[in-house]
Amino acid sequence: MQKSNWLILSILFSIGIIITFYSCQEENPYKQGEILYAKYCSNCHMDDGTGLRGNIPPLANADYVRNAGPQIACIINNGMEGEVLVNGRTYNQPMAAVKRPTGDPLTEFEITNIINYINHAWGNDYGIVKLEDVRKMIESCKKD
Amino acid sequence: MKDNFYFFFFLSLFIWSCNSSNEPLPILSKKIIENGEIAYEKIPSFSFVNQDSNTITNQNFEHKIYVADFFFTHCPTICPIMTQQMLRIHEHFLDNDYLHILSHTIDPKRDTVLHLKHYAKNIGAFAPKWHFVTGDKDELYDIADHYYNKVVEDQNLPDGFDHSGRFILVDEEGLIRAYCNGTSEEEVSEFIEKIEQLIQENAKK
Repeated sequence: MQKSNWLILSILFSIGIIITFYSCQEENPYKQGEILYAKYCSNCHMDDGTGLRGNIPPLANADYVRNAGPQIACIINNGMEGEVLVNGRTYNQPMAAVKRPTGDPLTEFEITNIINYINHAWGNDYGIVKLEDVRKMIESCKKD
Repeated sequence: MKDNFYFFFFLSLFIWSCNSSNEPLPILSKKIIENGEIAYEKIPSFSFVNQDSNTITNQNFEHKIYVADFFFTHCPTICPIMTQQMLRIHEHFLDNDYLHILSHTIDPKRDTVLHLKHYAKNIGAFAPKWHFVTGDKDELYDIADHYYNKVVEDQNLPDGFDHSGRFILVDEEGLIRAYCNGTSEEEVSEFIEKIEQLIQENAKK
């Protein structure tokens, strides 16, 4: 009798832990990416990823981001110039490379976290980007 | 007894409502002594060029009120948020010819007339409702002081400039009547209310 009581109690306890774990996970699975986004990206692309009408492209519900995959790493690392077509609209406002206040670039790890945050924020569901892919991508688009 | 209560209740309500609606927006311009009397410093005369290559001076705002700010299009820090917030003001008063917007670039080297034209067109802003002006750099920086905006070139900063993102409300007389932080959504909402108040005050005149 006592043994089964303990069993029920421990099952309930485990379920509780699992629920807590999952609800925390769902609330914010890309915490570091979110913090970095707020620090380096949201001034221009806005907190809600909508950009600035006509001048700065959106990241939320953006076909360009959906199709780019790990290539976004190169834009974050090197910046971007020239025309870019996003959701049928042409934007042409240069973007500076994302750098720390000290002038150093972000790490590949940080860039991966930012991309994964963007890919899953504001209703986006563009998949997870792996660190190795970001690393390869940055190597391939390195500026000399 | 009960009647008395209602009488005083409505009387105080009446007085309170009169008070709150009759208080005009304060004058926030610098106080100066003119002919031995206290006066307020007006926005000095200026002459800049807008996105349509037209010269814009104080005369363009005769019998008008306007909101002024200082920005530049290559700005990676606060300016996109300022423009986003200024768009709210633009949309709120779109059909009101009494209110205009005057955005000054602080980067005249890169913000040419053509560049400002593209920027304005892209966000859906057109003169004379919303002027984007450029001009002599020193003149732009000097007038920023009069609008309580600090502008300093600083190559150590990511955008090369140190500037405040204030929105300034200027009345028909060239006096400053309100200002807010142009990057704060809440402050801009209060600022919009103040603009409406000034419009109502002037309609009564």
